Order: sequence, then structure tokens, then C-alpha cells
Amino acid sequence: MTGRALSALTVRELRLAVRIGGSALLGTLFFLIVVTVVPFAVGPDLKLLARLGPAFLWIGALLASLLSIDRLFQADTDDGSLDLLMLSSTPLELVVLVKCLVHWLTTGLPLVVAAPVLGLLLDMDGMQLLSVTGTLLIGTPALTMIGAVGAALTASLRRGGLLLAVIVLPVTIPVLVFGVSAAAAATGGTVPALTPFLVLGALTLASLALAPFAAAAALRVGLE
Amino acid sequence: MVHEGTATVKRGWFGSLANPTRFSALAARTIPWLGGLSAILLAVAAYMAFFVAPPDYQQGDTVRIMFLHVPAAWLSMFAYTLIAGAALGTLVWRHPLADVAARAAAPIGASFTFLALVTGSLWGKPMWGAWWVWDARLTSVLILFLIYLGLIAMWRAIEEPARAARLVAILALVGFVNVPIIKFSVDWWNTLHQPASVFRMGGPTIDSSILIPLLVSAAGFTVLFVTLLLGAMRNEIMRRRIRSLQIRQAGATSSARAS
Repeated sequence: MTGRALSALTVRELRLAVRIGGSALLGTLFFLIVVTVVPFAVGPDLKLLARLGPAFLWIGALLASLLSIDRLFQADTDDGSLDLLMLSSTPLELVVLVKCLVHWLTTGLPLVVAAPVLGLLLDMDGMQLLSVTGTLLIGTPALTMIGAVGAALTASLRRGGLLLAVIVLPVTIPVLVFGVSAAAAATGGTVPALTPFLVLGALTLASLALAPFAAAAALRVGLE
Repeated sequence: MVHEGTATVKRGWFGSLANPTRFSALAARTIPWLGGLSAILLAVAAYMAFFVAPPDYQQGDTVRIMFLHVPAAWLSMFAYTLIAGAALGTLVWRHPLADVAARAAAPIGASFTFLALVTGSLWGKPMWGAWWVWDARLTSVLILFLIYLGLIAMWRAIEEPARAARLVAILALVGFVNVPIIKFSVDWWNTLHQPASVFRMGGPTIDSSILIPLLVSAAGFTVLFVTLLLGAMRNEIMRRRIRSLQIRQAGATSSARAS
């Protein structure tokens, strides 16, 4: 039963994301705009842009996945469907995991696909593009999972958006540190590139294991 | 919310403190003593810091900032540990005073964190030649400060104290799990600050002429922290009582008008 319920939920979430009113690809558009705006602040020097490229792409991905996640549970809280999900026999932790999976498929994965294209705008070479895309592929699930805890904590608040950013951003610093340094280490540097890659993978796995429990606990408190 | 009377005394002295009224009475009695003790300890520490401790052979008199900086940094971590412990108390045992303690400790802990950052910055200007360097230890304390502010912002965003208590408790525990990870990642990212020199294997590496004033100062600030915490907890209990009285009064007025 649980399997059927979860696949039904996955289909529902995917439909909601891609239909009118959903936010699929909006995060990618935001990502595109951030990466376009930054060179106007830094200047058109291609050497500098290539050096800062991984950092821009990671900051853009961080903000894009953070800004799109605040509605993850809020819409369901507002229209009451979260109450139904909680009443069902499906564990709330798995519901959280499914919602995060769909959020990643509709926001995180497009970012990963868009990253090499945007990297060309920043004059990054092949190896750099490959490493940034690889780190984003490993690291963006962690951003979604950490963001989901913040989204669950602020789901029942009226003005949760800015608070979400304030409480989630400090926690995402390790992901950012290892994401950018893995991308930078792959293209030269003193550190072997494998170490930050492995730590980044560990952060993603740990957040996948722990975040659903924290988010589900927060949702239960929020609806009390 | 703190319900008086519903918190029945189960057993023992610690259990009896769960009653907010009894706790307030005890706090009122101990605060003057603790305040006096911290004043004496801090006065002794200030005397020792200025007249007993020798100036450093390299750093000169600027080394004396340490007598404020190190206790503040230690209390910044102590306060967060206390908040995390109280968060467990809120979520697991639903202790009526756990959330009061956490909520009272957050601004005090944030203040000590801020103090550690400012004193470190004042020391760094003559020593490192810059007000701020993106060194690992400074950066992780700055992030700790941001986490404190996030907790306070979260408390201020939710009107109902009972719901705020449990949501903020979850956030505090998430932060507590993350602080070591952040520390590790920032260490990996950059290292310039000197390594730990007081608490380490094989005893302290600093001379007793500096270590003793430092310990007295740390004791003084810790007692000061406890004093401030008890006072803030009393205030918080009274604030919640006033809130429930106001709600009751508003309810009585509206029902009187309706009838």
C-alpha cells in the first residue's frame, strides 16, 4: 500500500510542479538571471570570470534551490492536503522524502543541466565545466534536503520566506565549501580532488538520512 | 505555555523546580548572591589581568584582551550547548521550564558571541593588521552568531509560545548537529588561528601567571552568565503570565459584551 501511495504522491507532485502555478524551471530561470547579473558587478574580464565561475554557479544554485523551496509544504498546509497526508497510514518521513525528490527533479536537476551552458558564458574550459556539473549533481540533493527542514519549520508561518533563508543559509555552508573546493580542486590545486568530492557525497547522504525526520517532526508540531 | 498548577510536583528537588512559581522564588533568592559572587570574581580577575599577569614578550599589553575574549568565546559555546540540552528537554520530556531556559539563554549567548567577535577583532587589528580575516575559527564563530540570530528570529516570528518552543527546539537541534560539521568544513577551508592551548592533552601550554587570571575571569563570567540567565528566565515566566492574563481578560470582556 505504501508503495502505491508514494507513487501516486510522486505523480501528483510532478503534475503540480509542471502545470500552471507550479514552479518547475522557474528556479533555473532565476539561476540564469543570477549568473547573468554577476558579471555586471564584477566586470567583463574573462580571466577573472573563469576563475570565479565555480563560485558563481554554486551561489546561483544555492539561492535558486532555496528560493523555490519555501512553498514545498506551505501550499499543502494552506489548502489542507497536508492534513490528509498526515492522516494517511504512509509515514510522514517518506512523504517528505518524495516531495524532496520531486523538488530536486524539477529544480535541482535542471540546474545541473543548465550549469555547463552557463559555464560557457563565464569562459570555463571543459574540465572546469565537467567538475562543476559533477559537484552540482552530487551536492544539490543536500541543498534540497536542508532546505526542506527549513521549509517544514516555516510552513505554518505567514511570513516564512525570509526567515527560511536566515535559518537555512548558515547550515548550507559546508555544502558550499566542499562543492566549490571540489570543483576548484578538479582543475588544479594542491588538494587531491577526490577528498572534497567524497565529503560532499557524505554530506548529501547524511542529509538524506537525517533531514526527513527533522522535517516530519517540524510538520507535526506546526499542525498541532 | 507555562501552566501554573498543572505542573504537579512528582518527586525530588529537581522535579519541584518544574513548577514556575517555585523556580521564580528560588531564582529571586539566589540572584543577589550569584550577582555578588560574579562581581567579586570579575573584580579579582580585572586586578590580576592588569597588575599580576605580565605583558606578552611579543604582543605586549594587547594580550590582556584575552581575559575578556577567551571567557566570552567559551560562554558562546556553553550557551549553545545549554540551548540544545533545553531543546531536548522541550521535545522529549516537555519540561515546562526547558523552553523558558532556552529562550532566555539565546540573547545572552548571542551577546557573548558578539563580545568574542568584537574583542577578537580589536586584538586582530594590531596583531594581524586587519579588523577581520577569513580565518577558520573566526568564521565558524561568526556562523555560530548567525545561528543564534536565526533562533531568535524564529522565536519572534511565532506568536504562540508552545508552538514556538517546539519548532525552535527542532531548529536548535539541527543547528547543534551542524555546528561541528560547519567547524570541520571551515577548518578545512582555511586555517590561520592558533590551535587550542588551554584544554588539550598533556596539560595547558600557557604559563600559570596568565592561566590563573584567565581561569578566575572565566569563572567570573560563567557566574555572571548564570545570574543573567536566571534573571531572564524569571522575566520570561512573568511575561508569559502577563500574556495568559491578557488573553483571559480579553476573553472575559468579549463574552461579557456578547451576553
